[in-house]
Amino acid sequence: MRKEARMIAIVDYKAGNLTSVKLAFEAIGAEAVVTDCPEVILQADRVVFPGVGAAGASMRHLSELKLIDVLRTVVAKGTPFLGICVGMQVLFDRSEEDGGTPTLGFIPGEVRLFKPSSSADKVPQIGWNAVKFRRPHPVFAGVEDETEFYFVHSYYPVAINPVDSVGMTDYAGVEFTSIVGRDNLVATQFHIEKSGRVGLKVFENFSRWGGQC
Amino acid sequence: MLTKRIIPCLDVRNKKVTKGVKFQNNVVLGDAVEMAAKYYEDGCDELVFYDITASAERRPIDIEMVRAVARAIHIPFAVGGGISNLADMSRVLLAGAEKISVNSLAVVNPQIIADGAKAFGSQCIVLGMDPVCVKDDPRFPSGYEITTRGFRERTGMDALAWARQAEDLGAGEIVVNSVDADGMKTGYELALTRMIAEAVRIPVVASGGAGKPSHLAEAFTLGKADAAIIAGMIHTGEYTIPRIKQELIAAGIPIRKKW
Repeated sequence: MRKEARMIAIVDYKAGNLTSVKLAFEAIGAEAVVTDCPEVILQADRVVFPGVGAAGASMRHLSELKLIDVLRTVVAKGTPFLGICVGMQVLFDRSEEDGGTPTLGFIPGEVRLFKPSSSADKVPQIGWNAVKFRRPHPVFAGVEDETEFYFVHSYYPVAINPVDSVGMTDYAGVEFTSIVGRDNLVATQFHIEKSGRVGLKVFENFSRWGGQC
Repeated sequence: MLTKRIIPCLDVRNKKVTKGVKFQNNVVLGDAVEMAAKYYEDGCDELVFYDITASAERRPIDIEMVRAVARAIHIPFAVGGGISNLADMSRVLLAGAEKISVNSLAVVNPQIIADGAKAFGSQCIVLGMDPVCVKDDPRFPSGYEITTRGFRERTGMDALAWARQAEDLGAGEIVVNSVDADGMKTGYELALTRMIAEAVRIPVVASGGAGKPSHLAEAFTLGKADAAIIAGMIHTGEYTIPRIKQELIAAGIPIRKKW
């Protein structure tokens, strides 16, 4: 087997600091490279698509780095693909952020701003919140229902097709899709890389996942 | 439901964790990375490190220690002390920290909050403040004055006005560390914590005074805090994080149960 065949590519599109993602994969002994190179991403065995920041800037950076078609190709050819945070949000059709931003459209749905009615619900949501699983998914094998993960976000995804929602989370009066899954594509609103041992377990599962669900 | 965060605070000098009372008389408690790893295994929700002598010694933060911590734990942690500009912030974040805590620096140069938030995102910028109670002084309508440099300097700034200004500048979180309660183990200064928490829309972290689990419960209910910092009560071995969590869960506080 060629070395590249086992490789995990962490897509660097200037959407935040990727150190924690890289260190988490190192901790489980997986080979992962941080890259913005289209060839490396296209050849990767698995692709991790993280991100913090605004949807508009993220789409602009993806466009400038000529990565939009690369991501489309990777997803279409069945490469196991894991989106995290903004890397989940831009998979939907559009986001309310930055005055309305068209996004990648890999999964039907949109991303909306939290508008809490109670002042006790702060925006952004920062901290650990529980995921209620709607259905099992290989990347979350061994993760108990209602496990808490670490969230930092002001916008939340709304998936149109219920079947795409693997896990749901409650905040600020809404129940939103915190894990989305469709074929070889899985993505989380929470930060897997900062979710402790259970986060490492999810990365381990992903590093062995063949892309079926 | 979003859970309340329990955040051990490690005051570090020369890679060792120390603990003092009212910022003085520090004694060595153990190795910073080892203690961080232990609290991580025990289920703490986040950690904060203050490189307490970096500013006084006019040296940058111990970046190797930040790297070692980032390899050892996979939860968010904040770092403060010895940060004087955006380049320092960038180094700390690239070493693997999630957040930067600014305190005295932001008092001298409030623009650093806005610059940091713009460069790295608000979620990375934590404002630490050390208010001291000042009664019946018209300069301080909130009843609290901001101090800096470990309570050594008064600033003439009102605590509530400073919290609001920091939020407007783009701070992602505010740690309210009561100078009067620090190290006393008699409970957080609840009126102060609540006043700030009700005045801003960003999360507020209670700090200073935790001596037993019920103090945290009070901070989350009466104090309206989103998170609470603990130090002495666990550093000395008097309490463990699982025991604190157990008591908070029994008190009906939403707490992370699975780790």
